[in-house]
Amino acid sequence: MNLPIPFLILSFLTILSALYVVTSKSPIHSVLALIFTFFTISAHYVLLNAQFLAVVNLIVYAGAIMVLFLFVLMLLNLSKEIEPIKSNGWAIAATISAGSILLMITAAFQVFGESVAKNPVEGIGLVKALGNVLFTRFLVPFELTGILFLAAMVGAVLLGKREKISTELSSDEILNP
Amino acid sequence: MSSLSIFNQLEISHYIYLSTVLFCIGLFGVLFRRNAIIILMCIELMLNAVNLLFVAFSSYMGDADGQIFVFFIMVVAAAEAAVGLAILVLVYRNTRKTDVSFLDNLKG
Repeated sequence: MNLPIPFLILSFLTILSALYVVTSKSPIHSVLALIFTFFTISAHYVLLNAQFLAVVNLIVYAGAIMVLFLFVLMLLNLSKEIEPIKSNGWAIAATISAGSILLMITAAFQVFGESVAKNPVEGIGLVKALGNVLFTRFLVPFELTGILFLAAMVGAVLLGKREKISTELSSDEILNP
Repeated sequence: MSSLSIFNQLEISHYIYLSTVLFCIGLFGVLFRRNAIIILMCIELMLNAVNLLFVAFSSYMGDADGQIFVFFIMVVAAAEAAVGLAILVLVYRNTRKTDVSFLDNLKG
């Protein structure tokens, strides 16, 4: 087994930070570890010659989605360690479930083997090549994605909007019970 | 050809195992954690494991379609995070908690 050093270091960092996301007590540390995980996954994309997706991954995930998570975390003031410890039964059950899924997928790929045709093409992950495919063969899904985004935006705004009467009443009740 | 040398040193199975491990770590988090924000973050982790596998297959096979799929998955993940966090803020406003084990009002 003679693996390239960059792949080994990146994989080690990815798995380590992903484990820290799951096991960390403080939600802020989890968010920061997840951002680090996304950075290492972007490095994997660069390693795989998918340069455009590496940059998009950084901008969309580490830049937009995780900032949204961090913002909500600080808005709700959840940075304290308020999560109650689950019983050991939960930990054992979750470990068994995740471990058996891991075992099953690994076994499935063992059977599947190395039958993938290896045919790497230079420059496939650049903007020019991806744009050609995206705006010709995948044009309709691309437009539908725009509609999906619009619906998600309307939904998020609608959900996040304060209803004047009911919310003021409930917040008054909470402040002066 | 120097930039393609990684494909000669690495088999696709290494990426398969890496993304399987990442996916299972995310799954473990979804099952184990109670904080709804952390559960959403673990779902993002699982989506990223799938994205990594898509990119690996796409690059090894020299077919750009897989990377387009990753593009669409990212869009759906962004929409999911926005709506999920909006729902979470709403839940927090009503219950003052983000602990999913208290959200059992629909239990018979």
